[in-house]
Amino acid sequence: MKYVDEFRAADLAQSLARAIAVEARPERSYRIMEFCGGHTHAIFRYGVQDLMPANVSFVHGPGCPVCVLPIARLDNAMELAERHGAILLSYGDMMRVPGSKRRSLLKAKAEGADIRMIYSTQDALKIARDNPGKQVVFFGIGFETTTPPTAVAIQQAAREGLKNFSVFCNHVLTPAAIGHILSSPEHDDAGDARIDGFLGPSHVSSIIGSKPYEEPARHFKKPVVIAGFEPLDVMQSALMVIRQLNQGRAEVENQYTRVVTREGNRKAQALVNDVLELRDTFEWRGLGFVPNSALKIRDTYATFDAEKRFEITPSSAKDVKGCECPAILRGVKQPLDCKLFGTICTPENPMGSCMVSSEGACAAYWSYARHREGLPVPEDEEEFGEEDA
Amino acid sequence: MTAQKPKTRFTTRLDIARGSVEMTHGGGGRAGAQLIDELFRRHFDSEGLRQDSDQAQLARPSGRIAISTDSHVVSPLFFPGGDIGKLAVNGTVNDVAMAGAKPLYLSVGFILEEGYPLADLDRIAASMAAAAKEAGVAIVTGDTKVVERGKGDGVFISTTGVGVIPDGVELLPRRIQAGDAILINGSIGDHGVAILSKRENLEFDSEIVSDCAALNGLVAAMIAAVPDLHCLRDPTRGGLSAVLNELAVASRTGMVVDERAIPVKAQVQAACEFLGLDELNIANEGKLVAFCPGDKAEELLAVMRAHPLGAEAAIIGDVVEDSRALVRMKTQLGGERVIDWLAGEQLPRIC
Repeated sequence: MKYVDEFRAADLAQSLARAIAVEARPERSYRIMEFCGGHTHAIFRYGVQDLMPANVSFVHGPGCPVCVLPIARLDNAMELAERHGAILLSYGDMMRVPGSKRRSLLKAKAEGADIRMIYSTQDALKIARDNPGKQVVFFGIGFETTTPPTAVAIQQAAREGLKNFSVFCNHVLTPAAIGHILSSPEHDDAGDARIDGFLGPSHVSSIIGSKPYEEPARHFKKPVVIAGFEPLDVMQSALMVIRQLNQGRAEVENQYTRVVTREGNRKAQALVNDVLELRDTFEWRGLGFVPNSALKIRDTYATFDAEKRFEITPSSAKDVKGCECPAILRGVKQPLDCKLFGTICTPENPMGSCMVSSEGACAAYWSYARHREGLPVPEDEEEFGEEDA
Repeated sequence: MTAQKPKTRFTTRLDIARGSVEMTHGGGGRAGAQLIDELFRRHFDSEGLRQDSDQAQLARPSGRIAISTDSHVVSPLFFPGGDIGKLAVNGTVNDVAMAGAKPLYLSVGFILEEGYPLADLDRIAASMAAAAKEAGVAIVTGDTKVVERGKGDGVFISTTGVGVIPDGVELLPRRIQAGDAILINGSIGDHGVAILSKRENLEFDSEIVSDCAALNGLVAAMIAAVPDLHCLRDPTRGGLSAVLNELAVASRTGMVVDERAIPVKAQVQAACEFLGLDELNIANEGKLVAFCPGDKAEELLAVMRAHPLGAEAAIIGDVVEDSRALVRMKTQLGGERVIDWLAGEQLPRIC
């Protein structure tokens, strides 16, 4: 396919692999955090790690939109459908994420709640128009990439005077998360989970530009390369990070020039700014409460804010005991460090969010890379039989 | 299919153009008999149906029998490249054909929703008759039930197929062994993407058409050329990834496929990119995966390519020894990864 296959070409991958092998100094190691789940997915889906020298490794970051949503907020969303009888609309990836008591939106739907999967906020508005007698709530999640469509929907609903439409807003911000990760002692040069540099979010940067990463790069002295999501983008960006490290630089560089500019999409920024504003603090699964890391709906649009329209019970839900999603989302642990991984936690039976989304590190390990990991071999027929069922 | 219209035994003829399914059509009374007479029988004609009995009484074929049942609940009922009727015939014909059998008979069960337009039901029956004729199978018996409005999705169709396996043919998962070649008869994902694009109103420059087709003719040609074929399987729900994983587990082997060798249409690849889906997990309705001894692969490939339903056939990989029964793929980039079963329903990614 044109404009896609070019970014997955084997010959170019081989020459990038050779360039990385030449650039990476044998006396040191390079630990590069790919912030986004999209990068994690590409690394595993295309076997990028196979082409890297042994001293270059990827540390998987928290940039999986459904993974970082805390269980409490997911419980709140279910409550909107179940207790308040609203039609709850969600992007597909969110549907299987387990909330407390391991109930997901799919399970709540099966039990009778009106929860529907949509592809765009325009579908959400249509459903609201088609169901004037019902409250319709859009479950807004994701990073800066998915925020503008939410803002557009709210503006549009305001213009149309849609009285039954609201948004449960959970949009989060990436630069704050990167800063938060880097201020944690576990990521120090002396810490267990040292991070030398970042592959920065690219679709996020198509909206916010590369500029917002300049401050954390400077402050924490870590190179950030805004990296596209195709495997060759990832490899070229890794090379750029390694080169910066070798030259003692810690700058924001943009590999994804075909989409991202320093300033980003001003129109989208203005739109978001009109409808949404910073929250003082917001909980991220794995990172805990992070100041200035999320958005809420401005008072001028308060009527479209589901948190104001409905009474929402505070939930103090906790992750499943033993689930290492929080440490995995911080890049401190790897999926194999979790004793639930591949034993009771699989994509069919996820205990934590990282096993649900294809952008989650655990799902990526399990689905694409378990040939490497020497996982236990099923021993008897029964175990095979179970898989077959 | 009978050309002449049967004379009606009923006071007024069934109004196929304007009428709709009513509860009485499933009530066992005269209305049901009329629906069968004037709609289904007008399209389906066979020795079995002409017996006017609750079952079809048929001569015993010689040889081993293959039998398979499949239920069809597709939405939308009409899609580019087919409809639920064509799907219900071909789906079961293919399940029987995957045993290497020649499909002979079909039994059909309809579950109709009250209010469903008879004109659409008529189109579905016509499509089933045409598909059955093309596949060379006879619809010999059937059943119709009606559920209240809101309790069905228009039409559900269950079909059971019976076929006879030629002597000396034994296609079973346990015959798959290390050294076998893995072949496919064409591009993957066409059916699932055709359905999805229709369901979600996604419009592409060129329409993606379902690959829905009866594969028994292709299978007969393959068996004639390579009688020592080890196994065939149609990658329907769950796609190629599910079939390879199922068969790896059943045969206790590993499989290694080459991403670059697997045919995918550009529009299907584009739709998958766009929706965040993996074409390996997407349903096909006119594809088969074949396992044969490695030294017969080229011969089999040539036979497949000579058939209209195998023009884009390809050798996509090999069976290897692997007690973990892993399915691996050499990626187009030059790396390697596992191909896993699809977990749950395939859901689009967010960004």
